[in-house]
Amino acid sequence: MPERTFSGGTAPRSRKIALTPTATVYLALVVLLVVGSVLVALKGGVLLDQGGILTILTRATALGLIAVGQTLVIVTGSLDLSVAYLVGLCSLVAAETMAGSGAMVVPGVLLAVALAAVVGLVNGLVITVLKANAFIATLGVALVLRGYLEHNYTGPAGSVPRSFQHLGYDRIGPVPVAALLVLLVAAGAWWYLRRTRGGYHMYAVGGDVEVARLSGVRTGRTIVTAHVLCSVAAGLAGVFLAARLGSGAPYVGTDAGYDLESIAAVVLGGTALAGGRGGVVGTVGGVLLLATLDTVFDDLAVDPFFKDVVRGVVLVVAVALYARRRSSRRSA
Amino acid sequence: MTWRPRLADGTAPVLVVLGALLVALAFTGPAYAEPAGYLALLKRAAPLVVLAIGQYFVVVSGGFDLSVGSLVTAEVVIAARLIDGDDANTAWVIALVLGFGVLVGLVNGLVTTKLLVPSFIVTLGMLLVLDGAVFLWTGGSPRGALSPSFRAFGRGGFDVPVLGQVPWSVVILLVVSVAAVLLMRSGTGRMLSAVGDNERAVRLAGGRVDRLRVLAFVLSGLLAALAAILLAGFAGVSAQVGTGLEFRAITAVVLGGVLLGGGRGSVVAAAAGALSLEALFSLLNLLGVAGALESAVQGLIIIAAVAYAARGTGSWRRLRPRRPGPVTS
Repeated sequence: MPERTFSGGTAPRSRKIALTPTATVYLALVVLLVVGSVLVALKGGVLLDQGGILTILTRATALGLIAVGQTLVIVTGSLDLSVAYLVGLCSLVAAETMAGSGAMVVPGVLLAVALAAVVGLVNGLVITVLKANAFIATLGVALVLRGYLEHNYTGPAGSVPRSFQHLGYDRIGPVPVAALLVLLVAAGAWWYLRRTRGGYHMYAVGGDVEVARLSGVRTGRTIVTAHVLCSVAAGLAGVFLAARLGSGAPYVGTDAGYDLESIAAVVLGGTALAGGRGGVVGTVGGVLLLATLDTVFDDLAVDPFFKDVVRGVVLVVAVALYARRRSSRRSA
Repeated sequence: MTWRPRLADGTAPVLVVLGALLVALAFTGPAYAEPAGYLALLKRAAPLVVLAIGQYFVVVSGGFDLSVGSLVTAEVVIAARLIDGDDANTAWVIALVLGFGVLVGLVNGLVTTKLLVPSFIVTLGMLLVLDGAVFLWTGGSPRGALSPSFRAFGRGGFDVPVLGQVPWSVVILLVVSVAAVLLMRSGTGRMLSAVGDNERAVRLAGGRVDRLRVLAFVLSGLLAALAAILLAGFAGVSAQVGTGLEFRAITAVVLGGVLLGGGRGSVVAAAAGALSLEALFSLLNLLGVAGALESAVQGLIIIAAVAYAARGTGSWRRLRPRRPGPVTS
């Protein structure tokens, strides 16, 4: 293998610096922040002033919540395409339950989260008990949710009391409260994945279901847990968006394309789509990278559609880099 | 040796479902009492069936192609802009549209095989790029118009004594289906299916895995371009014409009993799956199910279909396409 030759023509370039995908994504984030700041400064603006940081973090909040949940599912070797519609549904449930009264805030949030948990449970059970492929199972559940939304709602409904809107708008310095909550959720997910038996089981199931089963892991239970947690995270994102918008919006999740976008953020963060490898820290980096990219383009007044093009290229290039590194390390 | 129809595993159930749907249609809709009604159904279904056949090649070789929906949109918008209502432009624009489909498929395939990026991500990236590029180019609303001769493929037809008017799209559909079946029965087709089943085995046996994979994506891109031509003729120009078609095509393929992850299922079943989906929509329409609930019913049915197909096969062990070695798709 050429990677082994320490003496000779090809110098071992990346032998010492072991760049994990997680490190890569944060490095890319720093580079993007620097380059973005320079470009925005050339245009006569400032990227990282108070407003800029606020924009980036606000953008990252909803996607961050969903992507952290999606990480758990993808690490387990599954995926969830139903989150986008679930976000819309949960925003509606929360806003309609609250109906503008401050006393109903807690029941509204609880109901939305409970509903999300049920949807996650259905996802998980369809995959494990009915033995449907995760792609199709969650796509099917997404279509069912979509049918329900289209049948019952034509536009925004419900309203959120002013007291609850604080969740969407309050901030400590330049940092929104909601962003801190996301960080808390991410920290919880990190702790669960890296420090508990359940988390290790997720990696095991994602790595190889059969081996995990033979090693005594309750694989079905692990998959269901991952889906429930993912859906709860998506439900929280719906609740946050309701607080942000002041009412529930059926298509708030699909308009932003949170289903594929969250998978993109997770993969950008270095989690292997096939499961068993990666983690929450990288995902947070991926989400921040996407949010920063958006903000930089907005500041530069780039055509919004150009963002999609760049996002697509960034995604493929990043994953190609990770794949290259992994395969060369394997052959080394 | 007696000849009997060689049905691959899992082909029979979808044919039964399709038969049941067609019978149900005959009872509910007076239009389906004669061949014309079924020809109209075939005409409506032609783009989706063509897409599903393309998607089948990718799925059976162990990948996904999420870019076909946005590719269809891109092709329609490009064709409208370039033809600009002038019949003289039809021929070269058709060639260009098909060529662009091949090119997109080639890029998908090369990035998947050479850069070792999972096809889910590659085609997701391609989806974003195509969507963005189309809107960037058109500014959000497509300009130009299609020529009558271009639209003839999707909406026109020719007269046949007994059947009445036979749409061109049905003829194209038949040609594509026969070609696809012949391909899957050839050595190349069998190898393609083998790649989805066990890539490493094919590699060790000397099969050109990468080349087969690229071929699958190229075919998918080409057929998506063809579907775009049919759809543009049938439905006209809009920036939403291809939205969601990728998931619908994958649904159709899976409904046909083709296993995501590759290696199982026949192309006939995939086409029948697409036809069943379209027949189902027609039936729901006739039964007066509100359009909004249509997707809910679709969702329940695909879950049921996949759950049925997975009975006893234990295939949920493969939540994901198998990963023999560094290449994941």
